[in-house]
Amino acid sequence: MVKAGSTGPLDNVQGFVSHLRSNGFSLGQKETEQALNVLINTNGNLARDRNRLKALFTGNHDQWSSFDNLFEAFWFRRGKKRNTWQHNTKTSEKSCKLPEVWSDHLNEETNGQENATPQIETNVHEHNDGEEKNQVATGRLIATKHTARTKTDLRQFVDPEEIAEAEKLAYNLAKAIQHKLSRRRRLDKRGRWLDFRRTIRSNVRYGGDLIDIKKQRIPERPVKIVVLLDVSGSMQHYSRFFLQFVKGLVCQWLESDAFLFHTKLIRVTDTIRDNNTTRAMTKLSLMAEGFGGGTKLGECLKVFNATYAKKTLTSRTTVIILSDGYEVGSAENLKTELQQLKKRAKRLIWLNPLLGWENYAPVTAAMQAALPHIDHFAAANTLVSLAAIEPELARL
Amino acid sequence: MYQTIKTRLSGVGYIADDSLTTAIELALDLARPLLLEGEAGVGKTEVAKSLAKILDTNLIRLQCYEGLDVANAIYEWNYQKQLLAIKISESRSSPAEGIEDQIFSEKYLLTRPLLQAVRQENPPVLLIDEIDRADMEFEAYLLEILSDYQITVPELGTIKATSVPHVILTSNGTRELSDALRRRCLYSYVDFPEPEIEREIILARLPEIEIQLADQIARFVSGLRREDLEKLPGMAETLDWAHALYGMKITSIDQDFGKLQQTLICLLKTERDLKSVTPEVTSRLAGKAA
Repeated sequence: MVKAGSTGPLDNVQGFVSHLRSNGFSLGQKETEQALNVLINTNGNLARDRNRLKALFTGNHDQWSSFDNLFEAFWFRRGKKRNTWQHNTKTSEKSCKLPEVWSDHLNEETNGQENATPQIETNVHEHNDGEEKNQVATGRLIATKHTARTKTDLRQFVDPEEIAEAEKLAYNLAKAIQHKLSRRRRLDKRGRWLDFRRTIRSNVRYGGDLIDIKKQRIPERPVKIVVLLDVSGSMQHYSRFFLQFVKGLVCQWLESDAFLFHTKLIRVTDTIRDNNTTRAMTKLSLMAEGFGGGTKLGECLKVFNATYAKKTLTSRTTVIILSDGYEVGSAENLKTELQQLKKRAKRLIWLNPLLGWENYAPVTAAMQAALPHIDHFAAANTLVSLAAIEPELARL
Repeated sequence: MYQTIKTRLSGVGYIADDSLTTAIELALDLARPLLLEGEAGVGKTEVAKSLAKILDTNLIRLQCYEGLDVANAIYEWNYQKQLLAIKISESRSSPAEGIEDQIFSEKYLLTRPLLQAVRQENPPVLLIDEIDRADMEFEAYLLEILSDYQITVPELGTIKATSVPHVILTSNGTRELSDALRRRCLYSYVDFPEPEIEREIILARLPEIEIQLADQIARFVSGLRREDLEKLPGMAETLDWAHALYGMKITSIDQDFGKLQQTLICLLKTERDLKSVTPEVTSRLAGKAA
């Protein structure tokens, strides 16, 4: 396999490896050497060489499925070259400019609210009216608090102090819902139970007299958290705050997974875990492109149940849904999907920003259908209100 | 080498596609572990079993589970026996050094799968099944064994592998594996087989069945996998179903829809799935496949 315009197989393979690296593959020097070894014994069968390199270079399903495209792109200069956002030629985004869909979410100037399209069921209008009145009257919403000093700017959006605050809170929250489920015991000095086998084993050296006592206890196993964040139009005031919260959670809690939904569902865990916060947020906004219309939680959950649920949900998983519950799809659908979800997950928490308002009652059909399946239903519209539910979650 | 592996695998009833065959070949060539991922029921475990058959060697299986520890995976001392030996030697008042050498000898060592695997004369196939169920700590311990093929027993010293085992790891993806582990392995994703390959598998496992029926079964199942199901039927389910149809002397699946509907319990494993595949759906799928 020799690529046109290069000096030799070593250059080619090195080039290919760095091409893969720039697309998120973690490959070391050893892989390059092995690839060369593999290719030395080749007999010019391209399809087999490709399969060999595939087995050698890939490490998970995502890489496995993107490998063929990357291979073609490098060796035949076909298709797209990179998948990272800087060089994504497919989108019209040239710089860090916000895509239109997101300008609503991130724009906090008040005139944006007039353009906001209240969606969905008839009573939404009432609520939206109520929302604006409330906002002025109580100043309870986080969005208004920041109006004076923020413009549409991603750097503002990723204010390190706020992120740090959100991370701290998210971590505390995750700690609070950590629970012990396992029946298995582990060796532990401060344990409650005697570990007979190990005690006898360690006292063999004393001729069987019991001197050294070994104990065991049930270890604390971290709970896994899956967050589903609603980013539809009706949630725009809270998106900024919730995204920070989700970022905090995913970065602080190793066993977590994050998804955005609107009319579609996207997994964003890897994007959010990016060390570069600005890049992470820009990627997020690019990923959310093509979103439009109202919330279709039922359908998104269906997709989730069919694909991600098997991988992400275990009996130790807590699912957190952040949504206002204004659903376009049928309530019946939502109900069955939540039922499905509950079968796999340990606990379902629904955080609704509207619940923090006076006079709000979860009367929409979707909310009514969902309520019986929710283990904990709480308000969440500011960091303070989120912190307030921490002790309650710990009690669950 | 490539062709021989492919034909020999099919000789023992395992039909592999090109990428999997290449991965197995490469794993044997480079003596590196092979990590297989994929949905439950696509035949990941079967790869190891078939490989052991064609290499004519032992298959050593380590089934991972939450809480799996060194004592259950590598080695453990037989404490009861050690204690007995001590008590007996006390009554005879024999010298202490002698007892020590005696009780920390091979005789008192209980070998578990991983230690067994590195001490075999012939390189065995070591199957580490569902590695994603084991804890992170165990995964870290596995790294030493997979990169150096040696195990340290404090009382005996380091045991080097007499032969390097062929290691196959499988994962259902219930947990993300660490990058360190992934880097030490070759990787292959096993998907549900194409209808043509599935037909070959049915024929390989159930040679008495007619080709036409095998073909229909393969296409019916592949159609069924596209339906909205909770649990997609795997290869094992397909084979069960083929056995059932063969046993009921059905020669074509569009023959008797009533009977066909009854046999679907071989393929569908949850109540919701059974309800969602109505006789209409069955007849539609059967009509397409026939």
